[in-house]
Amino acid sequence: MPDKQNIRSIFILIVPIVVLVVVAQELDIRLFSRIATTLLINLILVLGLQIFTGNSGILSFAHIGFMGVGAYTTAVLTMPAQMKSMALPDLYLVLKSVEIDPILGILAGGLAAAMVASVISYPLMRLSDAAAVITSFAVLVIMHTVMVHWSAVTNGPRTLFGIVNATDLKTSAAAAIIAVAGALWFKESRTGILLRATRDDEVASGAIGADITTLRWKAFILSALYAGIGGGLWAHFITSFSPNAFYLRETFVILGMLVIGGAATVSGAVFGTFAVTAAFEGLRSFENTINAAQILARPVVGLTEIVLACAMIGILILKPGGIIQTSEIGEISWWKHRLGPKPD
Amino acid sequence: MSTGALLQFVLDVLSLGSLYALMALGLVIVYGILKLVNFAYGELVMVAGYTLYLFNATPFPWLAMAFVAILMSIAAGVLTEFVAFRPVRAKSVTAVLITSFAFSTLLQNAALLFISPRARNVPLPDIFTRSVEILDVVIPIRNLITIACALLMLLLFSLALKRTVLGLALRAAASQFRMARMVGIPANMIISLAFAISGLFAGVVAILWLGRIGSVVPGIGLEPLLVAFIATVIGGMRSLVGAVVGGYLLALIDVSFNYFLSQHLLHFRDAFTFTFVILILLFRPSGLIKGREAGQRS
Repeated sequence: MPDKQNIRSIFILIVPIVVLVVVAQELDIRLFSRIATTLLINLILVLGLQIFTGNSGILSFAHIGFMGVGAYTTAVLTMPAQMKSMALPDLYLVLKSVEIDPILGILAGGLAAAMVASVISYPLMRLSDAAAVITSFAVLVIMHTVMVHWSAVTNGPRTLFGIVNATDLKTSAAAAIIAVAGALWFKESRTGILLRATRDDEVASGAIGADITTLRWKAFILSALYAGIGGGLWAHFITSFSPNAFYLRETFVILGMLVIGGAATVSGAVFGTFAVTAAFEGLRSFENTINAAQILARPVVGLTEIVLACAMIGILILKPGGIIQTSEIGEISWWKHRLGPKPD
Repeated sequence: MSTGALLQFVLDVLSLGSLYALMALGLVIVYGILKLVNFAYGELVMVAGYTLYLFNATPFPWLAMAFVAILMSIAAGVLTEFVAFRPVRAKSVTAVLITSFAFSTLLQNAALLFISPRARNVPLPDIFTRSVEILDVVIPIRNLITIACALLMLLLFSLALKRTVLGLALRAAASQFRMARMVGIPANMIISLAFAISGLFAGVVAILWLGRIGSVVPGIGLEPLLVAFIATVIGGMRSLVGAVVGGYLLALIDVSFNYFLSQHLLHFRDAFTFTFVILILLFRPSGLIKGREAGQRS
């Protein structure tokens, strides 16, 4: 029975993605397609964070750093040699002639992020609560510092430009669908179930033999893989970026999507991404309208963040688990009434 | 090293360390009672900074401006508790961390929206830009003020903790929160008090720090927050003395890096210090100075 519910969840969660792609293609408005693509990439990042934070119950600030790892890896590996000599003049000789397909580059970015995560995170997974959060924050700061100052590979604090434009709506939709299925699969896998047990009661789950550190470590690596792939897709979509793209602001947005939707469920992550993107884009166009009409003396900035912050605080006060707290969309009893006992 | 250079080094460490120690104390006073990290701590510094900026070109004496700025920072501290901590305190650790992170973003963007994304100069008295010469070493007077201020604050704070009823209540709540409530200490009041003290430290830090850098930006709070994190982790999250020691130790590390590290590696200073933090958390999860588990804090 649970399997059937999961498959139902996957199909229901794919619906909004497919609808989004179809609508974007029918409308054929450049801005809408760009928003849709960003949404799908953000969805992969949110799902990645959900895999770790949702199942282990430990907040991770490091996630966006891995997004940066993925983005820079694929940028360096896929950039045409001629472009490299301009954009990254100090690049190491070995990397100068490398030029691989963007799809391979994105996968390499994901793997690179997962590898970095597997090396640095194992000892950190022993920590819980505040210590775990502070160390993950420290990891983010370290990764940011390295990105800002490793000029040979990242062009330093300056914008890295000239990345191959390879991510379109369909690529990101395909990746997002795989990501949804993967997140649900992980949640229901042996590791996922044990990890959720450690989230609900660390002591009791340890007593029945759950290897807490290793369980968290596996989730963290998978989460970093998602972040790296998301970062790679984003790099090939936006084509020029600086290290500041992978810092606290992005962390806040991704975290906001997850928290508002509901961290414990994949459905919550999907819902949060769609809802927050819709609200964000609405507010942003509102901001732009105000700025264009010059009602106020100064340009309005930061309004969207203020509203998102208020929404996050409000949701956590009223519904600490987010909008979709415990059950995946395919598990709610409504379906039982509708679909009845007939086998499907 | 000559006497002059040594004096310079010592004074650099002491003045930076005093600042760091105050930053760390403000964070750890809340952590000590609630066992929760306040991510919006840096924004208290920002609030004080912008209050000072808004006083630009008013005829008030500077000390009055500084006083109001510190009051505003205390108010912001108490507000943080009301908005981000009190409603979710009982629910989950993660929820509180997220609300305080959200509140920090809220305050920062409010500053962006209502004031400006660009740096704003704050009014400062002349004494902050003057310097004196001791043993052929030029020492900015603001460094001496910082050291004196920090020593005074530490002295007054430890006296208040030891000699007043509120101080006793704070220490009781920090060591055994539930027991403290049972003997009649009102939990909400003591938590608000901790946040007010946190705001007081942040306000003083803001004044002294703005004396060094001269202008305020919306993102000004990040550095004090990071410094407070590192210092408390090095010193020990459970002990107030640890926070102070951590602050001075961090300053020693930072100033030594500045003196001895090559320019190229200096860029990575933050990465080095944070790696150090992670190592300490791994090998001594409760910091270099362990607070007594259930005992009193000094």
